[in-house]
Parts: sequence; structure tokens; C-alpha cells
Amino acid sequence: MVDDTSGDLRLTGITKSYESFTAVDELDLTIPQGSFFALLGPSGCGKTTTLRMVAGLEEPTSGAIHIGNTDITNTKAYQRNVNTVFQSYALFPHLNIVDNVAFGLRRRGVKDHQAKAMEALELVELDGSARKKPGQLSGGMQQRVALARAIVNRPDVLLLDEPLGALDLKLRRQMQIELKRIQSEVGLTFVHVTHDQEEAMTMADTIAVMDGGRLQQVGDPATLYENPSSTFVANFLGQSNLLSATVIRVDNGSAVLDVRGVKLLIPPGLLPVGEKKVWLGVRPEKLRLVDGPLEGLNTLPGVVTDASFTGVATHYLVKMPWGQELTAVQQNDGMPRALTGATVTLAWDPHHGFALDASQDAHAGEDIEDIEAS
Amino acid sequence: MAAITSVKPGTVIRPPARKGRWTPYLLLLPGMLWLVVFFVVPTISLASQSLQTGSVDEGYVLTWNFQIYVDAVRQYLPHFTRSIGYAASATLLSLVLGYPLAYFMAQKAGRWKNVLLVLVIAPFFTNFLIRTLAWQIILTDTGWVTTFARWSHLTSALQWVGLTNNDQLMSSKFAVICGLTYNFLPFMVLPLYANLERLDHRLVEAAGDLYASAFETFRRVVWPLSLPGVVAGTLLTFIPAAGDFINSRLLGNTQTVMVGQVIDGQFLRVLDYPIAAALSFILMMTIVILVGLYVRRAGTEELV
Repeated sequence: MVDDTSGDLRLTGITKSYESFTAVDELDLTIPQGSFFALLGPSGCGKTTTLRMVAGLEEPTSGAIHIGNTDITNTKAYQRNVNTVFQSYALFPHLNIVDNVAFGLRRRGVKDHQAKAMEALELVELDGSARKKPGQLSGGMQQRVALARAIVNRPDVLLLDEPLGALDLKLRRQMQIELKRIQSEVGLTFVHVTHDQEEAMTMADTIAVMDGGRLQQVGDPATLYENPSSTFVANFLGQSNLLSATVIRVDNGSAVLDVRGVKLLIPPGLLPVGEKKVWLGVRPEKLRLVDGPLEGLNTLPGVVTDASFTGVATHYLVKMPWGQELTAVQQNDGMPRALTGATVTLAWDPHHGFALDASQDAHAGEDIEDIEAS
Repeated sequence: MAAITSVKPGTVIRPPARKGRWTPYLLLLPGMLWLVVFFVVPTISLASQSLQTGSVDEGYVLTWNFQIYVDAVRQYLPHFTRSIGYAASATLLSLVLGYPLAYFMAQKAGRWKNVLLVLVIAPFFTNFLIRTLAWQIILTDTGWVTTFARWSHLTSALQWVGLTNNDQLMSSKFAVICGLTYNFLPFMVLPLYANLERLDHRLVEAAGDLYASAFETFRRVVWPLSLPGVVAGTLLTFIPAAGDFINSRLLGNTQTVMVGQVIDGQFLRVLDYPIAAALSFILMMTIVILVGLYVRRAGTEELV
């Protein structure tokens, strides 16, 4: 499979413009065959429009879509070997479950469509409800029917449009695991559109973060989280503390940054090339509350302004001498907790920081649909 | 408040009196009363009238003369079949014309939706009789419609299939069916529109996504989901059309007389009340049976 890339989904310069705005702007993206790929972004970022263009439900203003070497840009939805799991499920209310699942097989004249549909229903553990109507099933079951109806056709690409959005949290977690299991079982290319960063990170091999119709960053979940390439990604995927810093000098082992008179270190490889002014970022869970400066660690003094205990961890707000409040998350590992008003030192390993070009808005991507995740 | 917490043991807690128990019946009363006075009583009176013998001058006596039903069917069977045939043709034609119109209005018309809806209802602002008379003018022998029909050999085609008797459009089966279709088309369009407006466009997209072409999408998704609207529309068109007596009189000839026209004549001109009542009763039962069979076959209760 490694050198067989004939089934990759390739978007080249895809643009979708409406009268008043551009939903998707010059998007270039390659989605490898057999991968679980997530398109992540806030609502209105163009991810659903991108998905609909791949499905053939919207026509791109310009650009091309290929599956392998086949150009599918100008083909109709029903001619594409692509299936969608719709956000609303869109099950046919007048057909029973097995007929819903067999719908695509029948249109293509597949023999033994009933048997194949039953197999797909077994995969989603709904073979017992085959003769029921969609209205008689719960939301989670309908979701699984929609999935079975799509995968039974063995499409080149399976598109999932916020498929878990309508489910409650517990069911959603369960379905995330289920979806991953099914994807590895059937080995199809899954393209999953979501605004839930935790969902994307849990399920996808590769995530493409979108904002304003453009790609922000593409990578595996760990890379995106540990080394975001923009303030938007840093804030949208989890939380980040961003400090305004100036590069003083770069030694062979580490770069020295100045943050309001405090010298802080970062591996030089993480610095954006040729930038003097940067945002020095560090994730809340990488910060430790310590008693005083420690050798080899970056440290900042501060005063605890808020401490909220959640059981697993304690979330602190620590006010810096210049007024900025940093968030720190301390695991409940048995160490004593700091109280509000205490003077503390925040410490972190220089390798846990990241640096971003300072010309960006430090608050980009903050608090956008910040659901129960994080 | 303390009383709530200190209920003595053994106290029987009576459920609060159900106040609104009679409300549903009270709400039913006016409608039921109306139906009893203006439907049930007249129907019984009609049935009784059909079994009486006598004349208007000498008065009628109930003689249980069931023979009249045999006579009525024997004498007027062609009129019955004609009525059912014309009404069915007009219903089918209304469906063929009304479905695309309703679909367009419901799914594609956007902000023109309401304007189109008003245009569909607009003919109701004119009297039924006047509208039908207008068709006499439309189909008149010297009018451009007839001229065009002759030029395009439509008249020959209609004559060939037996819808007209000569090279005119007026005074023919064709004219009667046109009139019926025109007059009852809104009754087809409105229920269809109400149904198709609720059609979830995402289901159409889903069908396309699952390899159904536009035609297959219509056949497998849109049409079955619109069946309740189709059933309602066809009933609202067929029932009044089968009993109509204006269109055949104003647009037809002596060979296109429908049963409604016969009943009208027997009641108001011949003054043979028993035969008129018997014909009315047969027509009513015929329609009830046909509609019953149709609704059973369409199986609307299975649809959402």
C-alpha cells in the first residue's frame, strides 16, 4: 500500500466564491488513500463547503478534484464513487433500515444487495433492526444506519459531515471509538469534518486545520498540538499561553528570548526563520508551580489569582508582574496545591515551548465554539 | 403549608376532580350538530325519498320501491361511467399539470412562492359559472385556440381518438375534460404544494450521493414521499369533478351528459324526485367505494 497512491484524493487550487464572500480560497490538499483525515475548523471556515464539493453537491468556482488519476471535478454527485454521512443523517423515512442501506447498491445494480446490506448492518450492530423505519430508531442508531448506508458501497472516499454533532457527549465518545474501529476494519479513506478539536484529535491520523476558507496547518494530532504553526492553531487546538518575546541571541544549543526583562530559552529550531519579535507559547499543562528558579528550566514569577480544583487537576490563573494572566494546569499527583494570593514561580522545560511570528493576533482562534473539550 | 407535611396516617387522599373531562365533547358539539342537521338528516331524507312513489302534485308515500335503483342503473349507466371517466381523466390531467407546478413553487420559486400561490388561487375570485362560460369563448370556433388547433392538426388528432366529433373544439368530450381540469386544478395544486414544501432537500442530496440520477431520485424518493399530497389532491379533484353538472352542460353536447346533469334535470325540471334521489345515492355510494379502494391501495397510513 505504501507506494500505491492511485487512490489519493487531491484538491488542487479549489475555490468556492459566492456573491458576497469566498467560502474556500485556493485550497490545495492531498488526502492519502486509506487514511482517517479530519478537516477541523470553526463554523464558517469552509470545511463543509469543501466536503460538499468533494461529494459533488457544490460546484467549485475554480480548481480541480482528483481521486487517483481520475478528474472528478465536473462529474455529478451520483457519478462519483464517494459517499457521505450527512449531519442530519438524511435517512429515507419511507424505507425501512435495510432498504435504506441497500439504496446505493440497488442504484448500481448490485446483485444480492439485501445480503450485503445486512452485512453492513451487522458491522454497525443493527442487524436486529433491519425491518424498522428510521423514525423508530434513536439518534445514535440512525447515525449508525447512515454510516452503514455509506460504507456498504465501498466508496473511494467516505465523507463524514459532523456525523456525531447531534449525539450527547457519552454516545459521541462511544461512536468515536466505533468509527475508528470500522475505518480500520474496512480500510476506506475517511474524511471527517468537525469543529470539535478533541474529536478530530481522538480519531484522525491527519488533521487539516481551516480558517477563513484557507488551510492553517496540516499534520498529525501530536505535531499540531506541540508545534502549532500559527496563533490560530495554538488557540483553537487546546489552550496556549502566548508571551510577547524578542530574540536576543541564538547559540548553538538554544535561543535566548527576552520577555519583559526575563531571559527565557527555546530550542533554536523552533524559532520562525528571520523573526526578531515572536510569540513564545507554552501549553498550560507544561507549566509547573515551583518554589523558586530552577537550573535548566524557564521560570517566571507570579501571583495565583484563581485556583479551581476539578479532581483530576487544578487549574490556576497566575498573574505576571506586567499584568498578563497565564493558565497552568497541575495534575493532582499528590503535591500540595497553591492557594489564591500565593506567590509562585512557573517553570517549564525549554523544549516544551514553541514560537510564532509576532505579526499574528495573539487571540486568533480563542473561544470559538469552545465546547466541553479542553 | 404545614398540612402537607403532616398528613395523618389513614387519610384518604382524593385525586383532584378532573375538571376538563367534558371539554372535548363540548368542543365536538357544534360541529357534530352541524353535520347531523345538514348531512345526516338530509341523507336519510334523500334515501327515504328515493324509495317513495307518487308525484309532486299528489304527494309521496314510502313504498320501499327498491326497483327504482335497478331502473336508474339500467337507464343511466352510460352517464355514470361517463362521469367517472371524465372525472378520472381530469384528475390525471390535473396531476400531470399540477405536480410540476407545485414542485416548482415549493422547491424552486424562492421569493416568488407567495405570488405564484396567489395566482393559483386567483381564479376563485371569479364565479365558477363565469369561469366555465369563459371557456366557451376560449374554445369558440372562430377563436385563435381553435384556429391554431386546426393549423397544427390537433383537431384531427382529437377527432381520431374520439375526444371531438368534428373539427371544432367546443361541445365535445375534450372541452368538458378541459373545463373540469381547469376548474379543479387548484384543488390538486394546493395539497401537493403543502406536501412538497415539507420535502427535505437533504434527502434529494442523499439520493444523489447514493448514485441515484435525477429521474431515479424522483421515482424512489420524491414521489413516494409526496404520495399523501397526491392522494389528497386526487381526492379533492376527483370527488367534485365526478358530481359536476356545469362543465358538461356549458361545454359539452348531448353525448357528454354527466350524471350530475341528469340529477339536476330530474330534480329541477322533470320533478321526478325519487329517480333523482336514487341517482344521487348511487353516485354517492360509487364515489365512496372507489375512494375507499383507492385509499386502501395507496396505503397512506404507512407514510409519514
